[in-house]
Amino acid sequence: MTGTFVGMPKFPVAAREALGDAQLRHNLAHATGTIRGKRLRLIDEVNASTPEGTAWEELRLAGAAVKERALLSLGDQLEQLEANLVANGATVHWARDAAEANAIVARVAKAHDVDEVVKVKSMVTQEIDLNEALEAEGIAAWETDLAELIVQLGGDLPSHILVPAIHRNRAEIRDIFLRRMGETGRPAPADLTDDPAILAGAAREHLREKFLRARMAVSGANFAIADTGTLVVVESEGNGRMCLTLPDVLVSVVGIEKVVPTWTELDPLLRLLPRSSTGERMNPYTSTWTGVTPGDGPQEVHVVLLDNGRTRALADETGRQALRCIRCSACLNVCPVYERTGGHAYGSVYPGPIGAILNPLLKGVGHDEQVDSLPYASSLCGACFEACPVRIDIPSVLVDQRAQVVDARRGGRPSGEELAMRAGAAALSDARRLALGERFAGVGIRLARRLPGLPGLRGWTSARDLPDPPTESFRAWWKRTDGGRRPDPTGEQR
Amino acid sequence: MSARDEILRKVRSAIAGTTPVTTPVQPPPGATAPDLVAHFAERVADYRAVVVRTDPGGLAAAVADSLPAGVRVVVPPGLGDLVPGAVIDAGLTAVELDAVDAVVTRCRVGIAETGTIVLDHEPDQGRRAITLVPDLHVCIVDAGQVVADVPDAFAHLDPRRPLTWISGPSATSDIELDRVEGVHGPRVLWVIVVEPAAPRPGEAAG
Repeated sequence: MTGTFVGMPKFPVAAREALGDAQLRHNLAHATGTIRGKRLRLIDEVNASTPEGTAWEELRLAGAAVKERALLSLGDQLEQLEANLVANGATVHWARDAAEANAIVARVAKAHDVDEVVKVKSMVTQEIDLNEALEAEGIAAWETDLAELIVQLGGDLPSHILVPAIHRNRAEIRDIFLRRMGETGRPAPADLTDDPAILAGAAREHLREKFLRARMAVSGANFAIADTGTLVVVESEGNGRMCLTLPDVLVSVVGIEKVVPTWTELDPLLRLLPRSSTGERMNPYTSTWTGVTPGDGPQEVHVVLLDNGRTRALADETGRQALRCIRCSACLNVCPVYERTGGHAYGSVYPGPIGAILNPLLKGVGHDEQVDSLPYASSLCGACFEACPVRIDIPSVLVDQRAQVVDARRGGRPSGEELAMRAGAAALSDARRLALGERFAGVGIRLARRLPGLPGLRGWTSARDLPDPPTESFRAWWKRTDGGRRPDPTGEQR
Repeated sequence: MSARDEILRKVRSAIAGTTPVTTPVQPPPGATAPDLVAHFAERVADYRAVVVRTDPGGLAAAVADSLPAGVRVVVPPGLGDLVPGAVIDAGLTAVELDAVDAVVTRCRVGIAETGTIVLDHEPDQGRRAITLVPDLHVCIVDAGQVVADVPDAFAHLDPRRPLTWISGPSATSDIELDRVEGVHGPRVLWVIVVEPAAPRPGEAAG
């Protein structure tokens, strides 16, 4: 039922299509504008809490330091996390890639003979296409987050980290609920309106029967505390609590970069995440659990520690900071590119500025045009870096990733851009060649304007106007006027 | 090589040559407020939760006021005799809890700055499920349990306990980022703050 990102066109192609969708652009501008305002008001509030007015920046520095510390001792942290999970009754699995992680989850489900699982919204299980893998094994995976439900019922793809259905407005959501809810459970009431409260009520009724009968749940985790073996899920609706509390069996798929070294170092992250994410002082619900609690919640707890490219990203000295990401989506909401194209154009569950660096870092560059196009999906304006609660310098990583893409693609037939750069270098390195070039530049520009787009250069020229050619070159003017000392009869100023 | 060994080997080779930081990061202090209880009450109400302030003598009446006539109420085994006629939880199933309208509990910590209540599911709060499935959660907060901000709460919380941090009723912003209260968790959160604080051993009242 769910779509897949496999085979998406590269960013410029996908973006062009998205830009033509006026409804999408309207939905996005409204939603991201709202959340930007809420976030800024809360940051002002935090800064006003001390006379220096720098409390938010101090929190960001602390959050970045906690995640950086975890990454630079990740081997030891993971071993400690594993030991504490096991000591508290959890079973720990390790998965090199998506296929291994999916197989582990399916194996647990089959061991308990379940044909359905309820799911907490989780980026990592989307990254590994867990739902599709379970479906192939005859196990239905029910998304229980409202936005994920909208995406799943609509056979759609997520377009935002926090609000995967941000591209849908209320009328579209009403339509999806009316048409599709009945196919997988309790149908939407026939008199459903497009009032968000009524729509949320329909989701509550539809999902409650699934929560009450579910025997197994699958979650991710926002944080995994190494020195205690505690997992943390941050959410709003209570669907997370339902999944983490009611079923007998819980499997949590956790990327290895989610580690926080100590319990008290969770503090700055819990202060940063909700304010950056939903623009709230605190999200409605945060659940923490440490293995199995006798008599309370799931009595069989599994944790799958997943690599899937994270060690590749960790080895990248500039790019490794992307693994600090706490998936707040603030960078999406402030990005002028994301606001116009939406998330689908990025062709990944991780869209926006963070996706533009995370995807190439996790997957590597040089073998997929779509991935290689992502570091260019930015104007390098830097708004993402300013918004990031863990100070990921996304623009610097983007530039570094661009260099890596160019390096990976060196050799073979040179691109139009490369030819132009080579011609430029040749002209600029020799005064005589430059003089010759200047003389013919005017002719060239006038000629180029008549062509529908030069082959090989269309990517550059299609979105940019050529400047008016000068009537004479600088050298010719200098010679004629002796560098401006001789009166210029034409009166032209340079 | 097992997946575990291979991942750990790759991790260690990726960070070889870097210098690990061995001391935990000291986060900056949180916000403070002159009147913590008032600040807490205001911030909880911000989430559109109901907030009532009372004294120990008024507690029973405040609890009775929070419960509409005729509702079925569940209470944790350690709450005491505060809600006449309530079912005391002894492992009710999810389906049985779904037939209950309300739950009354205490909490471990209240956080003033963020308007958050933290449950650690000790016997006066009960299993996690009982504060989740019923539609009305009445939570009693002793004024002495209110701390200034998130870092202060960490000092009172034991990570080996399951913890539930609650900031207002269940909510979603998934439709056009318009906040709607009430999805899967309790749609009404009713907080009763009891002042003056009951004395807590070895600690000054907040």
